[in-house]
Amino acid sequence: MNGAVLRLENVDKFYGAVGHGVHAVRNVSMDVGKGDIIALLGSSGCGKTSTLRMIAGFEETSRGKIHLSGREVQTLPPVKRHVAMAFEGYSLYPTVNVRDNIAFALKAQRLPRSAVNAKVAEVAEMLEIGDILERMPNSLSGGQQQRASLARALIRDANLYLLDEPMGQLEPQLRTLLRGRLKHFIKERGMTAILVTHDQTEANALADRIAVMEDGVLQQFASPAELKERPANLFTGTFVGEPPMNVFPVSVASDDGRLVLRFDGGQSLAYPENAFAAEVRAALFARGQVVIGVRPYAVRRSGTGAPANVLTNQWLGDQSHVSASFAKGTIILVEHDRAHVAIGDRILIELSPADLHVFDPESGMAISHGRELA
Amino acid sequence: MDQTSTLEKVLRRVAISLVILFFMFPIFWIVLMSFQTNETILRVPPSIVFEPTLSNYVALITGRLETQAGTLEVNFMSNLWNSLFLSAGSVAVGLILGIPAAYAFGRIKFRGSEDIAFTLLSFRFAPPLLVLLPLTIYFQKIGLADTYFGLIWVYQLIVLPLILWIVRGYFEDIPADIEYAYRIAGHSWFSTFRKVALPLAMPGIAAAGLLAFIFAWNNFIFALVLASADKQPVTVGALAFVTASGIQYGQVAAGIVLSILPTLALALYAQRYLVEGLSLGAVKG
Ligand SMILES: Nc1ncnc2c1ncn2[C@@H]1O[C@H](COP(=O)(O)OP(=O)(O)OP(=O)(O)O)[C@@H](O)[C@H]1O
Ligand SMILES: [Mg+2]
Repeated sequence: MNGAVLRLENVDKFYGAVGHGVHAVRNVSMDVGKGDIIALLGSSGCGKTSTLRMIAGFEETSRGKIHLSGREVQTLPPVKRHVAMAFEGYSLYPTVNVRDNIAFALKAQRLPRSAVNAKVAEVAEMLEIGDILERMPNSLSGGQQQRASLARALIRDANLYLLDEPMGQLEPQLRTLLRGRLKHFIKERGMTAILVTHDQTEANALADRIAVMEDGVLQQFASPAELKERPANLFTGTFVGEPPMNVFPVSVASDDGRLVLRFDGGQSLAYPENAFAAEVRAALFARGQVVIGVRPYAVRRSGTGAPANVLTNQWLGDQSHVSASFAKGTIILVEHDRAHVAIGDRILIELSPADLHVFDPESGMAISHGRELA
Repeated sequence: MDQTSTLEKVLRRVAISLVILFFMFPIFWIVLMSFQTNETILRVPPSIVFEPTLSNYVALITGRLETQAGTLEVNFMSNLWNSLFLSAGSVAVGLILGIPAAYAFGRIKFRGSEDIAFTLLSFRFAPPLLVLLPLTIYFQKIGLADTYFGLIWVYQLIVLPLILWIVRGYFEDIPADIEYAYRIAGHSWFSTFRKVALPLAMPGIAAAGLLAFIFAWNNFIFALVLASADKQPVTVGALAFVTASGIQYGQVAAGIVLSILPTLALALYAQRYLVEGLSLGAVKG
């Protein structure tokens, strides 16, 4: 085994009979190294919790192998796996107060009381729950319960920490504050963590790598920067990033050595021969039909380019979001200054070759990012 | 709440009192009867005014029933003891068998679990005699007829389905993740069952135990068919008060009062756990 703390090998999860029931996780493989923070990102019901529960041992692994610190564990009971988990539904023990909830596992280890108290105080302070330690779980707000549950997981001594939406209930200010502290806490101790989140900012800020899931399939597992710059397929391209990537089907034609992208509405954009690497040109010409994607902040208005009609223009305080009808669809532009365009205005749009992501229309797989092949 | 007028409060009190009176009246009347002789009970018109006597209780406790036709032996006290022993024994066995089964049915979804659970419940639907008659023959053959062991076994027909179904519901209401949280912190399956599931289901277990005790206590037909005089519970033993010289209402009433007492005591005791259940209500949220 290599140094991976966690290795999933072709893991499948079926609820119900294998091959028949709900196929919640499909052939997922990934490696998580020691000290990594991994964010698990994906829409609701895509199999994030199912994946964590298989790792923890609460759900049977229908197919495939799970290695934890070099041991094959998919058939072992939870108690033998040495992982800690913060549950999506908090799941505090209702009969004891917050302090005892947090300290439960430490007490089971027979740590001296003073050591337990010190640890609880430290984690509680970090998560801003020092003032509710003596309260009972059913008297707490959702956000307080969530932090107590997170504290209960973090205080443990485990090989891997599974945090299922640990901050979903908190207001943005507190979230931002705790996000920083949590990262520091985890990194300082060299802990390895997988964190489920619906918040991309959180994923970007916390994670070394992000695993994007959809429909039970691991779509891409890469660093936040790579995910943005080199999305592996249409799904990650459009799922990651706010506002989402603009996507248009185009046909590729050649005109006097130039590469012409023709949009559905009749608009077209032409690129000189040296705009793309030769292999990219060849791949695009070979396909004929492709899907292009461009991030909203990469769409430029200029004196030349393809025409579009402004539909909305919103100033968000620090940036403008402009939408315009374009190529039988809508294109969104983000500009960092106030955009002085009115509804109904005709604008000309330019898409720089460096910002173009090209995808195969059938498989959705990326063909090229910017000038280079994917 | 503080908006309620005095009139409303008074009316509410009156209404509640009426309801209580309505439901408590038979018990109240029986308690009164138990302190009267047959003559004062049967006089026309009936009256609340009488000279209280302990003779009924004395007769029951000493086991000597004085009637106009002479003195009769009643073994009411041993009947009471039988009732207590049979009911408590049945509930104890029922809990020992039923709680783990309820946990299994509530937590583990295995093939046919629903069918098995329903089959167990359906024993409650069968007319008892239907089960009893063939059972009597078997019991006589294998020597279980007229034994406490055999009776407690048969009582499981009443007690076990009740406990199983009530407790199972409570186990199902405990979020599984609470148990997982405990297991992942380094505890075995069994200690999780003992330390998390059992305490959280305690109100359900108390309720089921209490109900099962009452059902067992009130059972008549099983003991009537399967037990001889020395193993009979009060329900069957009370037949002895129907004597040649008429029904001994006073003693019957005293018998009822005495036989309510254990159930009442148990209910008061179990109340603690039942109420605790309410404060744990947030578990389900
Ligand atoms: N116990 C179960 N029995 C049957 N199907 C289940 C069960 N648990 C989950 N599923 C299904 O498996 C799929 C994945 O569920 P999962 O809970 O892993 O999603 P998730 O990614 O965590 O979603 P969310 O972001 O809403 O928490 C869903 O379609 C869900 O309906
Ligand atoms: Mg989930």
